[in-house]
Amino acid sequence: MASLRASLSLDRVGAVIAVLIGVALTAAPFVTYRANRIVAGEGRMLADALPPAGVAAVVLAAIAAAACAALIRRPAIRLAAAALGLCAVFPAVGVSAGFVAPAGNGFARVSPALGFWLLALAFALLAADALMRLRLGPWVRLAALAAAGAAIALLLLSGAWADLSLMKEYAGRAESFWREARQHLWLALGSTGVACLVGLPLGMLGHRIRRLRTALLQVLNIVQTIPSIALFGILIAPLGYLAAHVPLAAALGIRGIGAAPAFVALFLYSLLPVVANTITGLGQVPAAVTDAARGMGMSARQRLVEVELPLALPVILAGIRIALVQNLGMATIAALIGGGGFGTFVFQGIGQTAIDLVLLGAIPTVALSFAAAILLDALIDLTQRGAHDRD
Amino acid sequence: MSRRAFVLRGLALLLFVAFVTAPQLFAFVFEPLAANRAPAIYNQGSLLALTLSHLRTVALATLASTVLAVALGILVTRPWGQEFLPLSRAIVNIGQTFPPVAVLAIAVPLVGFGEKPAFIALFLYGLLPIFENTLTGLTGVSPQTLEAAKGMGLNARQRLLQVELPLALPVILAGIRLSVIISLGTATIGSTVAAKGLGEVIIAGLQSNNLAFVLQGGLVVALMAVLIHDGLGLAERMAARKPGRHGGEAA
Repeated sequence: MASLRASLSLDRVGAVIAVLIGVALTAAPFVTYRANRIVAGEGRMLADALPPAGVAAVVLAAIAAAACAALIRRPAIRLAAAALGLCAVFPAVGVSAGFVAPAGNGFARVSPALGFWLLALAFALLAADALMRLRLGPWVRLAALAAAGAAIALLLLSGAWADLSLMKEYAGRAESFWREARQHLWLALGSTGVACLVGLPLGMLGHRIRRLRTALLQVLNIVQTIPSIALFGILIAPLGYLAAHVPLAAALGIRGIGAAPAFVALFLYSLLPVVANTITGLGQVPAAVTDAARGMGMSARQRLVEVELPLALPVILAGIRIALVQNLGMATIAALIGGGGFGTFVFQGIGQTAIDLVLLGAIPTVALSFAAAILLDALIDLTQRGAHDRD
Repeated sequence: MSRRAFVLRGLALLLFVAFVTAPQLFAFVFEPLAANRAPAIYNQGSLLALTLSHLRTVALATLASTVLAVALGILVTRPWGQEFLPLSRAIVNIGQTFPPVAVLAIAVPLVGFGEKPAFIALFLYGLLPIFENTLTGLTGVSPQTLEAAKGMGLNARQRLLQVELPLALPVILAGIRLSVIISLGTATIGSTVAAKGLGEVIIAGLQSNNLAFVLQGGLVVALMAVLIHDGLGLAERMAARKPGRHGGEAA
């Protein structure tokens, strides 16, 4: 009885999502049309933004998703409804760009507007809610991430979005886009990698020596409170001095302005999560376990490598996750001091009030951080499971 | 708190106030950094005014995000809002992968240049840590405590105001502190969209290749962040002590 009533009653989360979908369909423009890149745009409602068949497809998919969200509780069906909605609305905005812009007008720009973003948000929320309730295992989550990545790649490579302003910004900068992408990844991944190389041994030392631990955490905490742009700026001075007075440093490409201070700053920021979590993780290993290892005749080194580190691994990985996600986002600031990365487009876009250029920098940054978070969360789950198996 | 730490804090505060009110006194420190006879101390506006507007933006944004985040946190932990809990957790997790710069940059085209985009970015980004900590704090109250409160005849509203919120307060305050520190940094980036703040000094330095400006802007923000971080930490410890003391009296 109870389950029957539950399956028919109105789902509160779903009801909110359905209202959101309703507002997006009826009260907000689907795309913005601009005569050229920087003039103010005018909104086009869904009915004027697509050919009739397209309007019908988007409206039907959205209503179906809204109905599923409000009335059906099975997470798998809700997930399918969200996927249907996303599959309808993402290609539709690309079609709309070709439909709204006058044929042969190379200057006209069409961008997704509030209505599109609200629809995408509603479907994404529905998907997130369903995924949370499904409690997927780490491998399934990784597969879902890969599938989402493949779908986005397909959408972009198929040329369905080619008429959108965002892709026009990209087309003009394809070469520098990939150069900045490499730079961004190098800054974020490289600095996190170095932070792991330095932070793990530091954390192990801190675990052993109490006085070092307190001092280490205090200093790293203070580094963390220094705002990023300030630290980037402050590092210009010592690195500039280094470049001017140490020929080897200059030969290695270290300059006061550019990637070097950004790399060092990101490294310093990511030390705290890595070191702190290494100390916490090692501290959580039960004394009984280390005693047993000692009783088995293991040396201190064997205990560390074979017992303590594997047991602390999930916590250490959680620290690396924080560091990596933080660095992927913060690497955007590197552009302010000539360090490159996706921030280049963000700040250029701010300077030119061109929102699509901002998005060209911001969307990949967010996507990268998001993917990194999912990837490392799955990895943490896997190592946790491994640690339990070994128990 | 040890005496040495207390003296150190006092000195840091003194240095900070002295520097923002009379920066010229410190010109000799920065002179070696200013090449080609460039000014050693920021001269395109008063440091004090910039510091104050920086603080004002951060304070207003944090206040707004505190009100909304705590209200939302309370909402999703009540029985009738429980259905929103998993989703709101997911949103918080996803939201934290958004870099502050991206939020700032996306706000500009929507509301124009100036304080507004900075306020919006600080407000939105500040929500996350406070909301997350409100959730942690409220869901961390032990069921036994709540049962006891119920047994004492407290109704739901009284339980929230007299038991749950006071117990969750230290955790919520920790969230506010994190949010303020992030906002102080993000507000610096806000100067790239013409919001009045200390970022102006740093950016002026980066543009004119004047390290003296970069360093003094950076130092003022960093010093401010450390002082505020420290001050709020103190407030947290006091809040954490209070419920314990009440418990002691009751027992």
